[in-house]
Amino acid sequence: MTATNAIEARNVVKAFGQGDATVRALDDVSVEIRKGEFFTLLGPSGCGKTTLLRLIAGFEMPTGGHILLDGQDITYLPPNKRPVNTVFQSYALFPHLTVAQNISFGLEMLGKPKAEIAARTEKMLALVKLEAMAGRKTSQLSGGQQQRVALARALAPQPKVLLLDEPLSALDLKLRQAMQIELKRLQQETGITFVFVTHDQEEALTMSDRIGVMSQGKLQQVGTAKEIYTRPRNRFVASFIGETNFLTARAEGTKARLASGDVVDLDVPATGDKTLTVRPEQVRLVAANEAGALVATIANLVYFGTDTHVHLALSDGTEVTARVQSPATGDAGLEKGAKTGLRFAPGAVQIVGD
Amino acid sequence: MAERRFSATRLPGFATIAMLAFLALYIPILTLVVYSFNSEVTMGNWGTATLDWYAKAWANADVKDATLRSLTIAGFAAVISTALATMAALGTTRRRAFKGQTFIYVMINQPLMVPEIVTAVALMILFGLIKTVTGVHGLGYLILAHAAFCIPFAYLPIRARLEGMDLTLETAAADLYASHWHTFRRVTLPILMPGVIAGAMLAFVVSLDDVVITEFVKSAGQDTLPTYMLGQMRRQLTPEINAISTGLLLVTIAMLTAFFLLTRKKD
Repeated sequence: MTATNAIEARNVVKAFGQGDATVRALDDVSVEIRKGEFFTLLGPSGCGKTTLLRLIAGFEMPTGGHILLDGQDITYLPPNKRPVNTVFQSYALFPHLTVAQNISFGLEMLGKPKAEIAARTEKMLALVKLEAMAGRKTSQLSGGQQQRVALARALAPQPKVLLLDEPLSALDLKLRQAMQIELKRLQQETGITFVFVTHDQEEALTMSDRIGVMSQGKLQQVGTAKEIYTRPRNRFVASFIGETNFLTARAEGTKARLASGDVVDLDVPATGDKTLTVRPEQVRLVAANEAGALVATIANLVYFGTDTHVHLALSDGTEVTARVQSPATGDAGLEKGAKTGLRFAPGAVQIVGD
Repeated sequence: MAERRFSATRLPGFATIAMLAFLALYIPILTLVVYSFNSEVTMGNWGTATLDWYAKAWANADVKDATLRSLTIAGFAAVISTALATMAALGTTRRRAFKGQTFIYVMINQPLMVPEIVTAVALMILFGLIKTVTGVHGLGYLILAHAAFCIPFAYLPIRARLEGMDLTLETAAADLYASHWHTFRRVTLPILMPGVIAGAMLAFVVSLDDVVITEFVKSAGQDTLPTYMLGQMRRQLTPEINAISTGLLLVTIAMLTAFFLLTRKKD
């Protein structure tokens, strides 16, 4: 049977420290990363995403659980025996070697024939468009160029999985956006499974086939960008990715009664006290007297250029933010203190766990 | 300059004191060099400028013999102490902090703390004992003695270089299929090399310069250049000694210049 998963983590636990000071950097994490996909581990710093990456690379051993590569248990294999390469956050280019020597390092260590090493190094230099820099020392390159050398060096041995540890965090915005496109291109051209670690939700949303959201050593949700954005499983996921409104409500079937007494529709029937979430761009402003609309007071207006954030207060004071597209004049025609009606777009109201 | 911060260089008399300190350091050396060209034997009188004393020193078989011995001892001592210091530096930096780490540092740097005369006497007694028991004589004792007190000098620049090295580089090498040995050979050692060379050169200069330990450990006929000069001074002070000293000075300056060029940060 051929495995369909490039990487599989099974109940992985990683604890640091001893006794009372023990910290669980990873707390029973299980995840399946498919062959050829661009998988992103997303979470705030200290959530355990880098630890999981280091365990896959073999730089650290887990306290418990297993890690499989192509269906083979590699949990205790040293890093130099794993067909997995890493692009480090600091790049970690060898300062005493040239660009070409950096790229060929892995191939040499694998004992490939000289001709093959030369040919592949050539090819990698072309892939990252650094042919002209082959003989330079890495310290003579710009940040973006160093980044590309790090990528070429890690891709040269044709690993089964490429691990990327926040590789774009040291670049400025313009370069970062260019590299995001570049990375995606490289991943599609090489067909190699990418596991990308970042704390930047926008980066994760734009680049990934699937995203694993992590917090406090636990995997909170795995899914495509759309799934995670539109159907967040819990409060953390909903608030970490994008902006959102939280409402407390009592659900009964497909109806939920908010604290303000207003009733909203639910997609999925539920019963009992629930937390609801709705994205600001799914809140529509309508006439105050429209039938079935919730009535709110405009508490504040913040102009953001493309759109305007309207801070609203429901009758009991519950705050709801609506994001409306700014008209050409920039004036949304709303007034602070005025009453307005609001509706949630169909399907926009989601129940989230805590 | 938007901000005038406190600076010691602006204190009154700072420049004067600095100049005086430099003069105190370099006037004696300058005097030595100048008088090495003096045709008169006695220090007080200046005859004419001459290179005679250099020629005399060059022709002196004892000087040649002592020089060769000094270079041999310094060469071996530098290699041995640098090899040991490299291992010690790797051992003390390439691991997590451990209990007794400070103690190990003190142990390695012990020759810097213990009065040299104490080490000298101790070595003389120990080597004397070994010589009596085994009957083995030779230059080995001096080389071992020099290697021992050179270790801290070689250790310091190597350790500094290792501590400044990004450990991720070794992780990256392992990630790129390098074994422990290849990681050391292809990444750690080349990056460490300027530190190793600097350590070896410091050790070489320190060994070349040693009097106290050599004087106690050497057997008859094992004079190094410094102990030969000391011996000559007991008889008659001639400008020949000045000439030899100037020669040693030049070697040291050359070594220190190379040391500086190797250890300064690139870019």
